[in-house]
Amino acid sequence: MARMTMVEAIRDAHDVAMARDDRVIVFGEDVGYFGGVFRCTAGLQKKYGKSRCFDTPISESGIVGTAIGMAAYGLRPCVEMQFADYMYPAYDQIVSEAARLRYRSAGEFTCPIVVRMPTGGGIFGGQTHSQSPEALFTHVAGLKTVVPSNPRDAKGLLLAAIDDPDPVIFLEPKRLYNGQFDGHYDKPIVSWKKSELSEVDEGYAPIPLGRAKLRREGRDVTILAYGTMVHVALAAVADSGIDGEVIDLRTLMPLDIDMITASVRKTGRCVVVHEATLTSGFGAELVALVQQECFWHLEAPVARVAGWDTPYPHAQEWHYFPGPPRIAKALQAVMEA
Amino acid sequence: MPDTQKLSFHVPDPGLRPGDTPDFSHVKIPQAGSVRRPEIDESPAEMRDLAFSIIRVLNRNGQAVGPWAGSLDTERLIEGLRHMMTLRIFDARMMTAQRQGKTSFYMQHLGEEAVSCAFRLALEPGDMNFPTYRQAGLLIASGYPMTQMMNQIYSNEADPLRGRQLPILYASQEHGFFTVSGNLATQFVQAVGWAMASAISGDSRIAAGWIGDGSTAENDFHAGMVFASTYRAPVVLNIVNNQWAISTFQGIAVGEAGTLAARGHGFGIPALRVDGNDYLAVHAVAKWAVARARRNLGPTVIEYVTYRAGGHSTSDDPAAYRPKEESAAWPLGDPILRLKTHLIEIGAWSEERHVQAEAQIRDEVIAAQKAAESIGTMHSGRQPSPREMFEDVYAEMPAHLIRQRHEVGY
Ligand SMILES: Cc1ncc(C[n+]2csc(CCOP(=O)(O)OP(=O)(O)O)c2C)c(N)n1
Ligand SMILES: [Mg+2]
Repeated sequence: MARMTMVEAIRDAHDVAMARDDRVIVFGEDVGYFGGVFRCTAGLQKKYGKSRCFDTPISESGIVGTAIGMAAYGLRPCVEMQFADYMYPAYDQIVSEAARLRYRSAGEFTCPIVVRMPTGGGIFGGQTHSQSPEALFTHVAGLKTVVPSNPRDAKGLLLAAIDDPDPVIFLEPKRLYNGQFDGHYDKPIVSWKKSELSEVDEGYAPIPLGRAKLRREGRDVTILAYGTMVHVALAAVADSGIDGEVIDLRTLMPLDIDMITASVRKTGRCVVVHEATLTSGFGAELVALVQQECFWHLEAPVARVAGWDTPYPHAQEWHYFPGPPRIAKALQAVMEA
Repeated sequence: MPDTQKLSFHVPDPGLRPGDTPDFSHVKIPQAGSVRRPEIDESPAEMRDLAFSIIRVLNRNGQAVGPWAGSLDTERLIEGLRHMMTLRIFDARMMTAQRQGKTSFYMQHLGEEAVSCAFRLALEPGDMNFPTYRQAGLLIASGYPMTQMMNQIYSNEADPLRGRQLPILYASQEHGFFTVSGNLATQFVQAVGWAMASAISGDSRIAAGWIGDGSTAENDFHAGMVFASTYRAPVVLNIVNNQWAISTFQGIAVGEAGTLAARGHGFGIPALRVDGNDYLAVHAVAKWAVARARRNLGPTVIEYVTYRAGGHSTSDDPAAYRPKEESAAWPLGDPILRLKTHLIEIGAWSEERHVQAEAQIRDEVIAAQKAAESIGTMHSGRQPSPREMFEDVYAEMPAHLIRQRHEVGY
C-alpha cells in the first residue's frame, strides 16, 4: 500500500493496465511527451513508447472517433479529454457511435473504450473549466459513467473501466486531483496523504463498477453524493450535527440502487447532492428512483442541492458552488419537514 | 499471401526537447521582398505558391523592401509600434498581477504582438473579429480602454462582463471584438456566418476569423473553410502559427508535409503565408485580404508564422517540453525590435524616443491599473454582486431562476 494523490493514483492505474495488457493505448491532447496538463499520464510515453502513449491533434471528435476505430480493431484505448468542458466536439462520437456499436451490430462490433475527463469546479476556471456534464452521459443508453471521489477509488475504478467490455465515461473531479477538498474554500488545502483514502492497493486491484460505498453511517437522513460533493456532504453533516448517512455512489451507471434503497428505508429521509446544474441533473433521476422504491418509508420530501441553473460563473464561484452551508440548510429542512 | 510488410505507427516529433540545442534550420525563410504580390482578383489557382513561402517586408537591416512594402505611412507605423509596446507592457503587468493573486489566470502575447496589432489597422469600423484569447492587440489598437480590460481581468465591480467570464475573454461589439469563447475553434466558423450575413444583407462590412495552429485540427476549422468556400463569404481566415499548442509542437496539427496555409487549397481559397513578426508584412497581407473580401471576391486564408515566446498561460511552464533557448533562436526575431529598427533606419525614431515612449506607455498602463485596482481585484475591493450570476441566462429571467436568486439572498 502506498499513499498517493488522485493524480498519482490515476497514473498508477494507467501504468498497471498498460503493463499487463499490450492492447491498452493512451492518448489525448498534451498526453504524450508532457504527460497531460494535470500530469495524469506523466511518464507513460517514456516507459511504453510512442505507439502506446501519444499526443494528438486538438480534435476531441478525432480522439474519440479513432479510439472507437481502435476498439473495433481489438485494442483497448483509454483517452483523455483535456477538460470535460471540451468534450462536446466528441459528443456525437460518444453518443451516436460508441454507445451503440454493440446494439446496432448485435454484438458484431463492440467498443471497450474509456474516455477520461476532469470535471467540476472550485478552481476559478470559469464556464469552460468547471462543468459537470455527467447527466449528458447517464441519459445515453449504452454508456457507463464513473465518478471517483478519492485516490483509492480512482485507481481501482479506472482499472475496472479499462477492463470493461463497454464504453466508460470516467469523470475525474479536478478539485480533488492534488488535495482534499470539502467545500470550505477558505481553509488551507489538506494533503491527500493525510487521508486513509489515499492508501492505494499496489498492482492490479480493480474495484468493480456498480457498487456504491458507505462513507458515513447515520440514522437521520441519507445523503446521496459523488465526486467532490461526497466530501462536501460529509462537511455539511459535521457542521450541522445531523446524523447523516453519506453514500458515495462512485458509479452513476450502473447504479447501486440496493444500497440507496436500504439506506433510505432505514433513515426515511434523503438529500441528493451534485455540483452540476439542478434542472434535469442526475439528481432528478435519483429522486425519482428513491420515491419509487422508498415512497412508503419517506418522512419528508426528497431534497436536492445542486449548482444553480446558470453557466458556471468566474468571480461568483463560491456563491454558485453548493457548499456545506447550503447542504446543511437542506438537511435541516428535511429533518424539520 | 502477397508481399507483406509489418506496418509501423508514425508519430511526428519535434526532435528537440529540454536540454537540446534549438535548431530552426528546417524553417525555410525567403529573403525579405522576394515574394510576389498578386492582384487581388487573381485566380486562386494561380497563386498556390504563396501558401508555401513566407511574405516578408523588413530585411535584416530594417529596410522595407519588395512589392508588399509601403502599405502604411510613418505616422501609422509609429502608432503601430506604440500599440505593440503597450500590449507587451500590459501583458507583463498582468502576468505579475496574476502572480500577486489579483486575478486567477492570464495569457500573454509575447513575441506575437504584430499579428493582432497590425491586422486591426487593416479593418474599418464596423468589421467584426472573432478572436481567440491571444488577440488582445485588436482591442489595444482600436483604442479600447485598458482600464476596462483590467476590470475584466480582475472580475471587479466595473467588469463589463460582470465577473462571469474567465480573465481575458473580452467582448466588445463597438470595437469589433466578438465575445471570446474558451472552446477552441468554435468561433472560426461563426466568423464565416457573420460574413455570410453581411453578404445576404447587402452590407459592406467584413469579418475576420481567428484560430491557432493547434486548433486547426478541430472540426469547426474545416466547417468554416467549407462554408467560406461554398458561399464565397467576405471573411479573412487567420491562422496564427506560433509553433506550439501548449506542449504540443505544430507538427502534430500540420503533419510533416505541407503548411497550414495550404489547407486553403483543398477548398479553393487563396492562401498566403506571412512573417508574423514583421509588422509591415502582416499589415500589407491583411490589407490585401480585406480588400478581396470587401470587393466581394471571397475569403482568404492567412497563416502568420510566428513564435509563442512565453508560456501558454500562467498555468504553463514551457521549460518542461521545449529547449530553454528556443525562443531566442527563433529566426524571425522580435516584432517590436524589428519595427523599432526600421523606424530608426528611416530616421523617424531614435533610441531616446524609444526609451521615452516606453516610460510614457508604462505610466499609462500603470495609471489604468491603478484605476482598475481602486475599484477592486479578484479577492479585494468591490466585486460584482452574486445577483449578476443569474442575469443574462435568458433575456427575461424565468421563475425558477428568480427563486434560485432569492435563495442566494439577492
Ligand atoms: C475544444 C477545446 N479543446 C481543448 C482546449 C484546451 N486548450 C486550450 S488552449 C489549447 C492549445 C491551443 O493551441 P493553439 O490553437 O496553437 O493556440 P495558441 O495557444 O498557441 O495561441 C488547448 C488544447 C480548449 N480550450 N478547447
Ligand atoms: Mg499555437
